[in-house]
Amino acid sequence: MTVLGWIQALVFFAVIMALTPPLGGFLQRVMEGERHVLLRPLGFLERLVLRLAGVDPAEQSWPRYATALLGFSGLSLLVTFVMQRVQHLLPLNPQSLGAVEALSAFDTAVSFTTNTNWQGYAGETTMSYLTQMAGLAWQNFVSAAAGLAVAMALARGLTRPASGAGPATIGNFWLDLTRATVYVLLPISLVVALAFASRGVIQNFSPSLQLTTLEGETQVLAMGPAASQEAIKQLGTNGGGFFNANAAHPFENPDPLTNLLSMLLIFAIPAALTFTFGRMAKSPRQGWALFAAMSVLFFAGLTVAYGAEAHDHPLARVAGAAPGAGHLEGKETRFGVAGSALYAVVTTDASCGAVNAMHDSFSPLGGLALLANIQLGEVIFGGVGAGLYGMLVMVVLAVFIAGLMVGRTPEYLGKKIEARDVKLAMLYTLVVPLAILVPAAWSAVAPHGLASLNNAGPHGLGEILYAYTSAAGNNGSAFAGLDANTPWYNLTLALAMLAGRFLMIVPVLALAGSFAAKKAAPPGPGTLPTDGALFVVLLLGVIVIVGALTFFPVLSLGPIVEHFLVGAGQVF
Amino acid sequence: MRQVSSWDQALLQAALIDSFRKLDPRTMVRNPVMFVVLVGSALTTLLWVRELLLTAAPAAGFSGHVTLWLWFTVLFANFAEALAEGRGKAQAAALRGLRQETQARRLVDGREQRVSASTLRKGDLVVAEAGDVIPGDGEVVEGIASVDESAVTGESAPVIRESGGDRSAVTGGTRVLSDRIVIRIGANPGESFLDRMIGLVEGASRQKTPNEIALSVLLAGMTIVFLVACVTLVPFGRYSGVALSTTVVVALLVCLIPTTIGALLSAIGIAGMDRLIRHNVVPTSGRAVEAAGDVDTILLDKTGTITLGSRMASAFVPAPGVTAEQLADAAQLASLADETPEGRSIVVLAKERHGLRGRDLAGIDAQFVPFSAQTRMSGCDIGTRVVRKGAAEAVFRHVSALGGRVPPEVEQQAAQIAMSGGTPLAVSDGARVLGVVHLKDVVKGGLRERFARLRAMGLRTVMITGDNPLTAAAIAAEAGVDDFLAEATPEMKLALIRAEQARGKLVAMTGDGTNDAPALAQADVAIAMNTGTAAAKEAGNMVDLDSNPTKLLEVIEVGKQLLMTRGCLTTFSIANDVAKYFAILPALFVAVYPEIAPLDVMGLHSAQSAILSAVIFNALVIVALIPLALRGVEYRPLGAEALLRRALLVYGLGGLVTPFVGIKLIDLALVQLGLA
Repeated sequence: MTVLGWIQALVFFAVIMALTPPLGGFLQRVMEGERHVLLRPLGFLERLVLRLAGVDPAEQSWPRYATALLGFSGLSLLVTFVMQRVQHLLPLNPQSLGAVEALSAFDTAVSFTTNTNWQGYAGETTMSYLTQMAGLAWQNFVSAAAGLAVAMALARGLTRPASGAGPATIGNFWLDLTRATVYVLLPISLVVALAFASRGVIQNFSPSLQLTTLEGETQVLAMGPAASQEAIKQLGTNGGGFFNANAAHPFENPDPLTNLLSMLLIFAIPAALTFTFGRMAKSPRQGWALFAAMSVLFFAGLTVAYGAEAHDHPLARVAGAAPGAGHLEGKETRFGVAGSALYAVVTTDASCGAVNAMHDSFSPLGGLALLANIQLGEVIFGGVGAGLYGMLVMVVLAVFIAGLMVGRTPEYLGKKIEARDVKLAMLYTLVVPLAILVPAAWSAVAPHGLASLNNAGPHGLGEILYAYTSAAGNNGSAFAGLDANTPWYNLTLALAMLAGRFLMIVPVLALAGSFAAKKAAPPGPGTLPTDGALFVVLLLGVIVIVGALTFFPVLSLGPIVEHFLVGAGQVF
Repeated sequence: MRQVSSWDQALLQAALIDSFRKLDPRTMVRNPVMFVVLVGSALTTLLWVRELLLTAAPAAGFSGHVTLWLWFTVLFANFAEALAEGRGKAQAAALRGLRQETQARRLVDGREQRVSASTLRKGDLVVAEAGDVIPGDGEVVEGIASVDESAVTGESAPVIRESGGDRSAVTGGTRVLSDRIVIRIGANPGESFLDRMIGLVEGASRQKTPNEIALSVLLAGMTIVFLVACVTLVPFGRYSGVALSTTVVVALLVCLIPTTIGALLSAIGIAGMDRLIRHNVVPTSGRAVEAAGDVDTILLDKTGTITLGSRMASAFVPAPGVTAEQLADAAQLASLADETPEGRSIVVLAKERHGLRGRDLAGIDAQFVPFSAQTRMSGCDIGTRVVRKGAAEAVFRHVSALGGRVPPEVEQQAAQIAMSGGTPLAVSDGARVLGVVHLKDVVKGGLRERFARLRAMGLRTVMITGDNPLTAAAIAAEAGVDDFLAEATPEMKLALIRAEQARGKLVAMTGDGTNDAPALAQADVAIAMNTGTAAAKEAGNMVDLDSNPTKLLEVIEVGKQLLMTRGCLTTFSIANDVAKYFAILPALFVAVYPEIAPLDVMGLHSAQSAILSAVIFNALVIVALIPLALRGVEYRPLGAEALLRRALLVYGLGGLVTPFVGIKLIDLALVQLGLA
């Protein structure tokens, strides 16, 4: 590890921290329908969308909210699927790419609808420009907006006083979706796309270029509208690359500045949402407490990953590589070890999944840190919206245990946590272990699972585990040693993605409804403060113990044992 | 109530037998965590038997030991529950003795009929005379009698029960000591107070409380997670070339699922109820006990709860030209025959302050003049000497009528005493005012400290009184309550409870009168005094057999302790898992991957002894924690943050470290015994 490497990380983090209050405050005003700077210039767009869609902007109870969200997601999944299947009949296809194979198209449609952006295909050789821009980019916007909507619904449930008459409401899905897209995602993406283009990210509609290299070989250079995809891919924690090489490709991520900008975009909204939540709870400290818990986990992951990658590979040393360079296999030299480790930690923390290095080539411990980041439930800032609501579910569990320990029926923000809430929180926490462990275990013994493996031993197990972890965590990054574009993986990964998104969103919305109906009691000296260091420690304990205890056995057969084996000079 | 020790020989024996009886899967299934252990134990037993039968040279020592200790885990859990229930059962047996076939004298059309007490229905009239056992719960409708209620309350002094008013309720099983009363039976067979109490202490009618249900959900969820983690480890192992036997996987699973808290959960609940009953408080539901831990605001009646109930003389304030001793002497003379607590307190104060002994009225030829509502004075006539004491205005009028003059200083002092919340009592000798006696409410000893304790726990105390605001404020300040409601009517009391509840607060109160019933019904935790009316007992959700209103504080502590014990043991249970991983996982994989050995941080003897040690530790820790579960973790009146810090340190960090030490020690012991 070098001082310069750490300075990179600290500068990045300082900017995120500085961005959090203004962006968080802006998000709160936008989502709660208050006055804000973009209301005047862009208000017409919101009104236009709502009028065209003809939706009722009244407050919704949680079942109505959930129905709207599921209906919307189902429909857009279908449209994305159909668009891929008929792309050869549609315009903006200069490469004349054919229809995407059915299961792959399904997998991709699911992947983009669930904000996962797992890519079993290579973008430049599979998807037409129209599919990329109208199908996939559309999902990049609305899946992020839907995640943000769910987070707002839960935040409202927790922070609103009980409405009294009628069923408790948690907002309106259509309003949330439209506002998040129109005032937040679109304007920021527009500006950032221009910034990306100015740094050399390409934006054109030309077909691929045939070039002759200096050695006289012919090379195909993929072209396309990348800059506009790139902005929302990061901002919406989507991560689906325009090109197969994702952010390691010089046309997607040309230099350290775009690299930094990308990482900032990934963390910007998830970090800001903690502030938004504090604002809504009328106690900024509540938001900062969540921010602090996330930060501790971020730095812990970074220390492990960067520490592991900064070490020379034991066999590289044997082979006579220059000592002190760190573990450079699979990394772009323009980002280096520090830039690659930081990006990898950011992208796995935030359920983004964009990559600027091969995660598969990370050292066992570095890979372990990335896996763990996702397996902790994507709560380390997490996906847009998903990070906040995931963290709040963890808070519910932590408060419950803490409340018992101090001898009071547990309450968070004055709202009592009762059996029904614990049940919903547990349903939520059950999804990830089930969606990861069951299909991964099956794949580890079934021939159709093993056939896709390019690596044997614990590393192969790590690849299978990473695939389902990434899918269930809606992350989308990959240990690419696994050929996942097979019927078995396309299908099971799609199911894991659906479970990791919607089986978790429904309990969250139910939780929002349950809390919205509760009266809030004012805090007294007997109530446990949830904005102090002690609570943050407890919260971290719950997150780590719940995550670690679930995955420690299989991790010890994968990356952990691999670490010891590599130390003994064995590679896979 | 008779106390039963939990380490009684007979109790332990009965609990031991019950722990086997509780192995019935139909009862076990109600506790998902322990049910999983039961199924696991059954499974390993089958495998062990198969191994013994089918293997040519069975080396079944390891699986036999693991199986044995898995069964112990289940039995220990059952033992904890049986022990907790056993204490209640012993108490119930004592109570049941009271219900033995008593004969009742039922009144039918004015004539007595001898019937069995068990045939009495609600509304029947029965007669009870000195020596009779009261045949059922009811209300005295005629007569007055002294009743020995020690069988139910443990208090040996007899109590007075009379028709009308607030002392009309009688309990079945108690004995009439004198006189004759007619009782209207208030409960059908099987629904009496005694029946309810027996049901509660036996745990038969125990329902899971809301927090217990929530915790069970959490534990069941964790069990599912670990089940998935352990079962999927088999294919993951197969991929890696590690063949995991079912016995080993079951051992890992049982070690990981929260068996410690799962085993002790119901014992904690039963023991909490039991602790309350030991304080002589009978809850009508477990829900109320738990709610007691959450109370934010406590309403306390001034009279009888905060003050001793009657006013006491606290000072003699003489008129100009009169010595305090003269005033005390006259006041004592006027009070010698006064049997009211106020009168007696004047005699006592005169004796304490001025060494004046009580004199025999007959010896000095004095004529006692009793208090009357017209004169509002009492006193005595000794020959021609007319000594009087009474309400200040009444005495002033009396003196003026005799041609005397009231010094303005005395009037001023009387007004001052009234202002400070006290009652001025003027004393006159003939036409001369000697001064005033300061009567004041005396706050019970030790209350200030108790209220401070409550404040530290985050509770607000509100005093309810019929006094004027001035008096109320003075007493409130002296007692150290946070707030008061003066000139309170039952309606105001009810409104106050509703207002607190509207702000999301939980309210607790005690009461005994019929006019308390609406407020008792509205309050979240309502303790009715056993001496109170049937209406009050019906409206409350707990009955205090000692009729001690400050008992509320103990009830709140028991409620908090109940939750804390569950929370702390849950934390301990989960924290234990870390060490168990470090014991078992390397043991599972070390044969195929010897490189993983550094994970075995405890340096255990062998793979088998590592697994066995973890299983044994897991079982023994249940036994070790039974006393804590029954006693409850210690409650300290600290703020929530300080409590949490303590609990995390003791049960979180302690739970993390203890098993590392415990498992290593067991491993060493196994090696010593040659079992590893």
